[in-house]
Amino acid sequence: MQYALIFNETEQAFANRENDQQATYWSAWGAFAQALQEAEVFRGGNALLPPGTGTTVRMVDGERQVQDGPFAEAKEFLGGYMIIDVPDLDSAMTWAARCPAAKDGSVEVRPIRQMSE
Amino acid sequence: MTQTDDAGRAAERAARHGYGRLVAWLAVRTGDVAGAEDALADAFASALVDWPSNGVPDRPEAWLMAAARRRQIDHVRHGATRRAAVADIIALTGDDDGAEPGARDIPDKRLELMFVCAHPAIAPEMRAPLMLQTVLGLNAARIASAFLVKPATMGQRLSRAKSKIKLAGLRFAVPEADELPGRLQDVLNAIYAAFTTGRDAPWGDTAPQTGLTTEALWLTQTLRQMMPGEGEVAGLLSLMLHSTARQPASRTAAGAYVPLDQQDTSRWSMAMIAQAETELLAARHCGPIGRYQLEAALQSAHANGRLVGQPDWRAILILHEALRVVAPSLGGEVGRAIARSHCEGPEAGLACLDDMPTSRVGSYQPYWAARAHLLAAAGRLREADRAYGRAIGLSEEEPVRAFLADRRAAALSGEGPGQQAETKADRDAGHRHTS
Repeated sequence: MQYALIFNETEQAFANRENDQQATYWSAWGAFAQALQEAEVFRGGNALLPPGTGTTVRMVDGERQVQDGPFAEAKEFLGGYMIIDVPDLDSAMTWAARCPAAKDGSVEVRPIRQMSE
Repeated sequence: MTQTDDAGRAAERAARHGYGRLVAWLAVRTGDVAGAEDALADAFASALVDWPSNGVPDRPEAWLMAAARRRQIDHVRHGATRRAAVADIIALTGDDDGAEPGARDIPDKRLELMFVCAHPAIAPEMRAPLMLQTVLGLNAARIASAFLVKPATMGQRLSRAKSKIKLAGLRFAVPEADELPGRLQDVLNAIYAAFTTGRDAPWGDTAPQTGLTTEALWLTQTLRQMMPGEGEVAGLLSLMLHSTARQPASRTAAGAYVPLDQQDTSRWSMAMIAQAETELLAARHCGPIGRYQLEAALQSAHANGRLVGQPDWRAILILHEALRVVAPSLGGEVGRAIARSHCEGPEAGLACLDDMPTSRVGSYQPYWAARAHLLAAAGRLREADRAYGRAIGLSEEEPVRAFLADRRAAALSGEGPGQQAETKADRDAGHRHTS
């Protein structure tokens, strides 16, 4: 089955991408991605720029409403996602637990909807 | 007509004895518990049509299995089951072509099913209901009434949980050794939740329609057979047997609560206590000691204390000290305070109670009941009076309120020994957990 690992990161984690912690930050992610690839379960993914670079758009009564930043204030923000292909939820949870975002943020494991063939 | 009755009875027997086995076997291949239950329900329906005219088959379970499997295959063909399972199911059916249906034994996969029901991805409060439904075949209405939830609500929550099992792809397997202790604890906690829900029901679990204690005991006995080397399983069985053995003596005919130190021990089931002690001994020989073994040992110490005249409070205190490390709980803290008061006097017990965080105990009834008893024993009558009032105000059951009111009156008139709160608090130690 395919699962999305959805990474929710703290503001501090986003800051660590750029500050003097950046080597530590990126090497943890690099190691995680490498482990996924060598286990041949990695199917793709992306890191997202910090929430401050986001713009939220919605249609209200036919009018376009635009808001700077993410939809709501929160402690954690979407920082990226990866798609993995593993036999079951238990295996996906094991990978989620190894992910750097699980330490100070959180990781949501969500099955990918199968397109009917 | 009698043949219809026979068929009905045979189907009922097969359902009672084989339900969990059949559901487990059907679900383990597809990862779909709800689908397995539906297929089995269809198989039972066909049996009630087929058996009266063709006779009850020699092995009803095997017949039901074959019929249910055919339903599953139909569903697979209609694309309703996880694709990976198709090859499996078809291969298995192929094996049996031409052979008597169910020529071989149905492998027991109930353990796998229990681990799925108590999976960390399932909400903790749904684990016991799921297990009762899928392993024992209890219907949602009965589970709902035991857990004091509307039947429709329970039905929705159960189907939501089963749909998650299927769509999120939960693993049907006994966990690996490194994960086993924690996962097994989840299974045991779910079974114990079913047990205490039954035991602590306001009606004292006398109504056969709602009583869950027997069902939970049966689950534990099944688990014990399937995992003979696990000390915590034996520990839980021992704990439940101890508790059940004393149940007849724990209420008066009028339903009034009777604390352990005043129970009529001739109404205890000595056979069950003996069995509980055997299990506790067996637990000691396997693996590290855990929460349920400690709680069973506490029950054993209290029961034996009654039987020989005086409980060994030093031993009880040591068990409480160990239990608070393994499984800290408010109930355990209260039990420890009472044990200390017996070893070192009521003020030592009160000091333990004072150490508990006030934010947690404000509305915790056993805390105030124990505090009242210890204050009375220490001669602090005005404080005791207020604590009794608070404990009575927090009690949910009338028999408990009556019991506390009696103690309060005795303490204020200077009669009561005032130090007999141990039973209720210790009984609560096990299942009112802080986590």
